[in-house]
Amino acid sequence: MERIRKHHLFWPVLVLVALLVFNLLYDPDFFRIQVRDGTLYGNLIDILFFGSPLALVALGMTLVIATRGIDLSVGSVVAISAAIACFTISKGTDQNDPGLVATAVLLALAASALLGLWNGFLVTRVGIQPIVATLILMVAGRGIAQLITSGQIITVISPNYKVIGAGTLLTLPVSVYIVALVFALAALLTRKTALGLFIESVGCNPTASRLAGIRSVTVRLFAYLFCGFCAGLAGIILSSNVSSADGNNAGLWYELDAILAVVIGGTSLNGGRFFLTGTLLGVLIIQTLTTTIYSTGVPPEVTLVVKALVVLAVCLIQSEGFRRTLARSLVSARQPRQQAEGKVTTRG
Amino acid sequence: MARIAIKKQHVPIIASTALLVLIFAAGSLRYTGFFSLQVLLNLLIDNAFLLIVAVGMTFVILSGGIDLSVGSVIALTTMLSAALIEQAGWPPAVVIPLVLALGTSMGAGMGAMIHYYKIQPFIVTLAGMFLARGLCFVISINAITIKDPFYVTMAQTRVPIPGGNFISISVIIALVVLAAAIWLAHFTRFGRCVYAIGGNEYSALLMGLPVGRTKVLIYAFSGFCSALAGVVFTFYMLSGYGLHALGLELDTIAAVVIGGTLLTGGVGYVFGTFLGVMLQGIIQTIISFEGTLSSWWTKIVIGVLLLLFILLQRLLSSRGEVREA
Repeated sequence: MERIRKHHLFWPVLVLVALLVFNLLYDPDFFRIQVRDGTLYGNLIDILFFGSPLALVALGMTLVIATRGIDLSVGSVVAISAAIACFTISKGTDQNDPGLVATAVLLALAASALLGLWNGFLVTRVGIQPIVATLILMVAGRGIAQLITSGQIITVISPNYKVIGAGTLLTLPVSVYIVALVFALAALLTRKTALGLFIESVGCNPTASRLAGIRSVTVRLFAYLFCGFCAGLAGIILSSNVSSADGNNAGLWYELDAILAVVIGGTSLNGGRFFLTGTLLGVLIIQTLTTTIYSTGVPPEVTLVVKALVVLAVCLIQSEGFRRTLARSLVSARQPRQQAEGKVTTRG
Repeated sequence: MARIAIKKQHVPIIASTALLVLIFAAGSLRYTGFFSLQVLLNLLIDNAFLLIVAVGMTFVILSGGIDLSVGSVIALTTMLSAALIEQAGWPPAVVIPLVLALGTSMGAGMGAMIHYYKIQPFIVTLAGMFLARGLCFVISINAITIKDPFYVTMAQTRVPIPGGNFISISVIIALVVLAAAIWLAHFTRFGRCVYAIGGNEYSALLMGLPVGRTKVLIYAFSGFCSALAGVVFTFYMLSGYGLHALGLELDTIAAVVIGGTLLTGGVGYVFGTFLGVMLQGIIQTIISFEGTLSSWWTKIVIGVLLLLFILLQRLLSSRGEVREA
């Protein structure tokens, strides 16, 4: 029992299960999955489907945070990638030409990877703090995306492109397979090769890692490149789902949700330790929370308040100072304990 | 040696001033009607709220922290003011102190969490940002228009200044805040303590400075500035809306950085922030004067400026390191 409680995924799993149980009590049909035209439908499938772009961004963000960095530009990269893909397709004579769609996707992915590399270059070669270095692209990126789309929403009519974000394969949405593939790739690269160890070591202490013979610059460059690539992929899925690119709103606030998912998953913002599975759980928690709020009829805008409370709760649990205060107040008499709890809720 | 060090700190401010003069001169040569005092005063009128938030943010960044909640606190202030005045019928004399107190205590709460529970400022203020933005929508999802005579008077009064030009009451508030902040940063114990914490928090603690109290006060001050900016923003927009000041935290951080404050903390001037705000304003003015340039160029230009100033700071600080070694 103690070993289960100490496991790093204990809290995220508990929160997810609690959310699902709440939904089940609220709506007994919540878990029902129907088969229609050879495709699965249901709330659980929706959670996987709508959570997939965020999952991709969060996976990339996990590796960056593991190197003690942060990437604020992912939302802008999502917008740029969507803009490039839709722009390329919209310029073609036959928008449904598979060759054209492939070119568009490859162009968008290459550009996103390049943007990730640019972030990595600023962080590693120029030596700017990650939060500042990626802030530049976060501010300028939306402008670039709007520049590509000329400030308009580009709409494309291309069934082949739409498959990526809205199609189904063997009863499940295509985007879920993409997430599974990227997750498998990241997990293999970081857990079956030494790369994961290198990333953790760089996150713990870049200088010591360099002295130990690890190419910390290359490792960090790779993390930012991967993060950019993932954000680009998310942008393609998002734009393909709605068959359009909106430079202003695509991927808005994705950086915050992605960081939130990573933190909920147990990865420390101080670097040196990361859990890809935890990140996926974090994404599922955020998406389930959103679905729950929609299905209970609370105005969707209130999601933000709930998210804020979740962030605070997760951070407070992770904070040593808070746990000590809590433990002390639990030990002492009942009266101070209520006061301490009251304090927490007012701050939340 | 000391003289060279001081000069080095002044380089970003000199660069911002030079850039401001250069852009204004270029605009004056290119467009008719650009070279007038009123264009400069309009910069102040349109950016009064940004100046107030940026002043608060300067203190946070000087101490080595960051405050992402400012835009949302502005939105919450406009929303709460509008709801209390228009729907509950409270007088402005009660509402304004109330929203100011609310902003200040939100800031203080975040500061306390950052200091006592050692959670990163980025995350705490991110949660504050979500919370404040969400609370706006709890009050109302739609915009609430303000018709209260006091607010309308504040919005429309033109304060004439010699030469036939005018400013708004918001500008006076913003300039008072700026002057007070300059005094606070450079002539009080509190200000020195902020710089000390930004330089090295551990050293500041060992020196016996009141680190905890100062950090809570810094975030409380930033919260106060955000709420005051929200009040000024209400004068400007005459409405409360949950989507007001969306993404303003980025503009604010950009203004502070362009004004020469180091994001690692410890180095910078409140006056530099004033220059940063003016630079952002003048870029927007140029783009609107140009007419053919679309609004998204503002974002790209500000991004490029950010990059240039960060590179400049990086260059200056690495030179300093070499000299020390």
